[in-house]
Amino acid sequence: MGKTKQIDRRWLFLLIFIGVALPLIFTIGLPLETSENVQMVYDLVESMPKGSKALISFDYDPASMPELHPMAKALLKHCFDKEIDLIFTAMWPMGVQMAEDIMAQLQDDYPDLVYGEDYVNLGFKAGGMITIQSMGKNLRKIFPEDMNGNNIDELPIMEGINNFNNISFVFSLSAGAPGIKEWVQIAHDAYGRPTSGGVTGVSAPAMLPYINEQQQLTGLLAGLKAAAEYETLLQAPGTATSGMDSQSIAHLIIIIFIIIGNINYWRNKRAEKKGGK
Amino acid sequence: MKRKLPLLITFTVGIILIISEFIPHKPFGQLSGELEIWFLIISGFAILLGQLSLFKVNIIKIKFKQRDWQFYVVTLLSFIFMVTLGFLWGTGNSAGILGHGESISGAMGYKPFDFLFHNVYQHLQATMFSLLAFFIASAAYRAFIGRTVESNLLLAAAVLVMLGNTTFGVLLTGWLPDSLKFLHLPNVSEFIMTFPTTAGQRAIMIGAGLGIIGSSLRIILGIERSYLGGE
Repeated sequence: MGKTKQIDRRWLFLLIFIGVALPLIFTIGLPLETSENVQMVYDLVESMPKGSKALISFDYDPASMPELHPMAKALLKHCFDKEIDLIFTAMWPMGVQMAEDIMAQLQDDYPDLVYGEDYVNLGFKAGGMITIQSMGKNLRKIFPEDMNGNNIDELPIMEGINNFNNISFVFSLSAGAPGIKEWVQIAHDAYGRPTSGGVTGVSAPAMLPYINEQQQLTGLLAGLKAAAEYETLLQAPGTATSGMDSQSIAHLIIIIFIIIGNINYWRNKRAEKKGGK
Repeated sequence: MKRKLPLLITFTVGIILIISEFIPHKPFGQLSGELEIWFLIISGFAILLGQLSLFKVNIIKIKFKQRDWQFYVVTLLSFIFMVTLGFLWGTGNSAGILGHGESISGAMGYKPFDFLFHNVYQHLQATMFSLLAFFIASAAYRAFIGRTVESNLLLAAAVLVMLGNTTFGVLLTGWLPDSLKFLHLPNVSEFIMTFPTTAGQRAIMIGAGLGIIGSSLRIILGIERSYLGGE
């Protein structure tokens, strides 16, 4: 088979660059529809009574920030609006800074939040699945102190929190392992706590089997699109909503190039056949 | 003895943990709890081991001036620099050996370690991840060619999922009447993801699960010994 004539990929790079950059500067505001998985996450948070305590695990690092940060921000906003107390932890070393970064961004919107009362950051603990398993048995033993070295006995938010039975729901923002899969297998499967999460678009297919009749996962936020949908549900458009325009145009450019690639292929094939005759 | 002892420990620990899943009472429940704590302690040391290994591997590459050895020098210097900053002034609310470094933090807005993390490391990692967009675009253009029936199916699924995941999907078929809503691109995309994709994923997961059980048994029973090193 002869080699398919292809467009210089630098043209593709240039178009992708323009397609991503321009909508970030000039927002188009293309329409969005809420998918079922995002609605499930939203409903889970909505169903929580005031004063519930949720465990949010930041299982990602700066590489996945563009996708996971917007959804983390939207979720935390929703939780704080509902007056749900949040306990942060991280199965990834840099997840701690991710949580800190989000809280710094939310400081202006929620100036009255008190550390230790409305939220706490327990920090990172190595061990992945075993850490989660041990937290389920005795959270205080695994995290006797928060990330700042404060004794958790002195933090009002940790009052009455001994294990997963005292947590209303678990949410993992995950970019790989350890992450959402481990939380499902322990927090939901072993302790029966409602568990949900957010993942990068590329890892979403691996998590979809957990959304089933047993509700191993209560909904899933997959990629920037889900974050944008969540922002729409909150009626608080943010970076995900503006980023969706870029993502949509980039995808459209890719689709156009796939079509061009196929036309080239079939044209070359026909030319080869004619030449062969 | 050098090989028998680790095999005996592996066997005993493995059996205790399996039994504790079925009999979570004394002594098995208690033992498994203790073993979990041991694992967490070992995990902590593993991070230290990883750092030492990073040093060893990079120093060897620099010593023998392997290809692109200059990059390994940058890695090591960056590592040493960040660790030193962390030790001296700490990170976040944790103090270092020189305290919190209020004067430096005041000038930089962050502690030195956090300043570099937020202003250099974070952006470098995000940039690396973002570069994928260009490579994925190029790969999709080259790979999604309808040469065979299978590749045509893959091509069609990819285009439908991509369109369904964009706002254009909503625009293109949003006008469809309710009776034809199943053809609405976001619905088509969701169908592909929920049924064929998930079915495939489940098969992979079940296969992987069985594989893990098999490998674990081989390790516990001492049949698989490669983790001990040597031959």
